[in-house]
Amino acid sequence: MVQLTLPKNSKIRTGKTWPKPKGATNVRKFMVYRWSPDDDENPRVDTYFLDMDKCGPMVLDALIKIKNEIDPTLTFRRSCREGICGSCAMNIDGQNTLACIFGMDEIKGDVKIYPLPHMPVVKDLIPDLTHFYAQHASIMPWLETKTNAPAKEWKQSIEDRKKLDGLYECVMCASCSASCPSYWWNSDRYLGPAALLHAYRWVIDSRDEATGERLDDLEDPFKLYRCHTIMNCAQTCPKGLNPAKAIAELKKMMVQRTI
Amino acid sequence: MRFLTDRKRVDGLGSAKQGTSHFWEQRVSAVALLFLVPLFVLPFAYNLGDGYEAVRAAYAHPINAVIAIAFIATAFLHLFQGLQVVIEDYVHGRLGMMLIISARLLCTLFALVGVYAIIRISLGA
Repeated sequence: MVQLTLPKNSKIRTGKTWPKPKGATNVRKFMVYRWSPDDDENPRVDTYFLDMDKCGPMVLDALIKIKNEIDPTLTFRRSCREGICGSCAMNIDGQNTLACIFGMDEIKGDVKIYPLPHMPVVKDLIPDLTHFYAQHASIMPWLETKTNAPAKEWKQSIEDRKKLDGLYECVMCASCSASCPSYWWNSDRYLGPAALLHAYRWVIDSRDEATGERLDDLEDPFKLYRCHTIMNCAQTCPKGLNPAKAIAELKKMMVQRTI
Repeated sequence: MRFLTDRKRVDGLGSAKQGTSHFWEQRVSAVALLFLVPLFVLPFAYNLGDGYEAVRAAYAHPINAVIAIAFIATAFLHLFQGLQVVIEDYVHGRLGMMLIISARLLCTLFALVGVYAIIRISLGA
């Protein structure tokens, strides 16, 4: 049965409020989710204040500044700081996005930062993505062929290559899957928008020869058909992709091969 | 505690190799209802409050009777499939299975009662 309230040990409490920077005129308040597996305490929300005149424009700049200058225990993933590695996906101002490419000028009022919703938390802003990655691996995210490999390359026309635009750009940040209510309630069986977008990327690749097998694997009331076109995935994708459309195309192909 | 790999958890019992017919039937019945609802409601509303004989005469007409039967059958099929999806979404395990079976039995029962009533009125009971 769906659980609509948080268990007792997951209730979020008010945490520590760190002092304001001295002599700063342009101060902004940051409320950040904190949880550590090392003690038995409940999660809490710590409050930090930053001098925005001495801070970069993106949310990730603020997090790095907090970690460097205020609280070194704050834990989060980040790497490329340009929206290509997908490491810093988190819930900012109520929206799943990448901290590195989300500008603080897009947020009104205080900046509220939480980990991706409905994912197990490893620590602070770091979600456990092992199940998410295993789902991606299960859709065989590679070129499957039966014909002997050609002497040179597998050829693809410009038109067929264009079909992969809007799909190959996915960086697997998990923002979409973590925003999908169907994924929240059924992530044990539903593959979620990210894995399904990747599945479609290989199904429509003109060079791939496992189209039928790929569709066979997806034909399932839970793996694919838990998508009810809620569209949170497309709304939240920090790369501007549309997983809901990819899933709809998969459903169309499923129908196409039965009628 | 079970020592299952992440991949083993994801694959579970494998693909059920079905689901498309359910999805497609739901879409087709939705489109059918788009036409059947007004076709059913109009004669129904037209005869509302006219007394038994007038209603009987209206449903004695084969077109009205067939449309009413088609509406009831399609509506209850669509209702059941919709309920099934909602239950699968929110209720898992044995309770979910029992709810789906109950929904199926009740929808079938109501559909049969409706069809029987239409036939009875139509054939002049």
